[in-house]
Amino acid sequence: MSLRRPAKNQPDSFEFNALSLEAANSIIAKYPKGKQQSAVMALLYIAQRQNNNWIPLAAMKYIAKFLDMPYIKVYEVATFYTMYNLSPVGKYLVQVCTTTPCMIRGANQLVEACKEKISENECELSNDKSCSWMEVECLGACVNAPMMQINDDYYEDLDKQKTLDILDKILNGETPKPGSYRGRLNNEPENNRKTLMDLKNA
Amino acid sequence: MLKDQDRIFQNLYNDKGSDVSSSQERGDWVNTKEITDKGRDWIINEIKESQLRGRGGAGFPTGLKWSFAPKEVGSRPHYLVINGDESEPGTCKDRDILRFEPHKLIEGCLIASYAVQAHVCYIYIRGEYFVDGQKLQAAIDEAYEKKFLGKNAAGTGWDLDIYIHYGAGAYICGEETALLESIEGKKGQPRLKPPFPALIGLYGCPTIINNVETIAVVPTILRRGGKWFASLGREKNTGTKIFCISGNVNTPCNVEEEMNIPLKELIEVHAGGVIGGWDNLQAVIPGGSSMPLIPKEKCETLTMDFDSLMAEKSGLGTAGIVVINKDQDIIKCMARIARFYKHESCGQCTPCREGSGWMWRMLERMAKGDATKDEVDMLGDVTNQIAGHTICAFGEGSSWPVQGLLRHFKKEIEKRNNLDPIVQKKNNIPYLVDQHLLDKKNA
Repeated sequence: MSLRRPAKNQPDSFEFNALSLEAANSIIAKYPKGKQQSAVMALLYIAQRQNNNWIPLAAMKYIAKFLDMPYIKVYEVATFYTMYNLSPVGKYLVQVCTTTPCMIRGANQLVEACKEKISENECELSNDKSCSWMEVECLGACVNAPMMQINDDYYEDLDKQKTLDILDKILNGETPKPGSYRGRLNNEPENNRKTLMDLKNA
Repeated sequence: MLKDQDRIFQNLYNDKGSDVSSSQERGDWVNTKEITDKGRDWIINEIKESQLRGRGGAGFPTGLKWSFAPKEVGSRPHYLVINGDESEPGTCKDRDILRFEPHKLIEGCLIASYAVQAHVCYIYIRGEYFVDGQKLQAAIDEAYEKKFLGKNAAGTGWDLDIYIHYGAGAYICGEETALLESIEGKKGQPRLKPPFPALIGLYGCPTIINNVETIAVVPTILRRGGKWFASLGREKNTGTKIFCISGNVNTPCNVEEEMNIPLKELIEVHAGGVIGGWDNLQAVIPGGSSMPLIPKEKCETLTMDFDSLMAEKSGLGTAGIVVINKDQDIIKCMARIARFYKHESCGQCTPCREGSGWMWRMLERMAKGDATKDEVDMLGDVTNQIAGHTICAFGEGSSWPVQGLLRHFKKEIEKRNNLDPIVQKKNNIPYLVDQHLLDKKNA
């Protein structure tokens, strides 16, 4: 199990803005009547997006009221799933996959790059408070290892230099192009394709 | 090698684009009505005849699973749930289906929903695949626009709504009952079985749960016939499968191949060979991190399907092949996998919650050479205490890779770790040690 604690400094109140409210209502409509509790995971995401990438306790209380469910049930969900950030992580959250398939292709170089550019320790904000990094478990892009995720986007086929370049861009407020950084097409074998040749040449 | 025209996922590398018109060129949505007109029994029989086995890891026959759904819809509606919570280290096949072949999946959902009489289908996607989920959502919106979904979907007379539900970073939600808990808005902790979800599943209603790849191959099987699918591979291990080859190979890739293909062919032909040559191979994890590794000697002749890997005391799992060469420290690799399981245990059953961390700590010490001689056996003991003593299969999943390591690399561990135990056994003063430890040599 992973141990997760809410941040010490918590805002007093939280409320959905108009945009979030509309998104929340359309999510609740996906589930049968009376089963609005199903929407809790999506609503936590909405709160996280609205509140600069993290979820304060006030948001959990607000969502509990919103969905007519006990606060503790929302708290349970928010602390069980690791993608809900319970403390500020900055505008950009860099997640480096270090599980075995990435590890054996050099994920430690990506970690080094993050330590150099962002902060010495994981889950620690950078000097300008815009960015933080953490090691995570398998992100499901193993044939593109080593890789990392920045907010929603995957950056694949990396090495230390490429990671440093990407992090430089992020820290300058730019959004680098997601995808493979060795220029190959998605998951095809690089320069070694033996299947679906007609389509490739078409 | 499989002929190109027998590959189901023609757009695996996104040469053509994943929108509805290019999908139709590849044959999706062409005659969906003709298929459903043949009736539920025909569909289920055809799937049974194709001997399609679930692609999510357990390899349960799909046709059989569908036939468990109640024949008549009672007071409770039926649900179809698609498991796209792909998180097994080494596996990245469902992601490509979600983003490049979404219409195969959506059409499969329609046919499967019709077969099990569900009007609502939830597709559960891991939260990290948000961008890929958005692509699937775009495809679903497109399908609604073309009237392939909604009321009288694709002219079949069947009403179907598809919704996406995002997970939030919990590996355990790939377990089908944990996935249902998660859709219900709870912690993803697996339920006891029975009752099985086919009778009491989502919201207490009959629910059929299938993997993304399983559902995505269904339309093609029904178009080309169960016999065609069964003609590929071998008896009970039929059809094609997307293999993900990662780790120390020259060109890691996803590739769709025939079942029962030799492992060596996959690595040498598609993945460009092991880094440092075939002789530099140390071991292969054949089916995602849960499956016990296989040492080099056996890799020479190994063929990749459910039953042949079972015979090697491993499994096909999700067909995520992780190649480990001799430049890597095998104990460290397995310690990292143990850390993964320690992190992902849901904490419901004590043997798994406590044991997964215990295995990780022991393996970390063993990698450094800081463990004592007796701990090697103790590690084996711990794995046996976890496997089979938990609610879900996570217990097996976390202890099998360690058992595989002990089975094939025990000498390596013993060579590195020969510290003497702190408590030595002294037969003449038995009251100094716990009695139950006495039957061990170095208690």
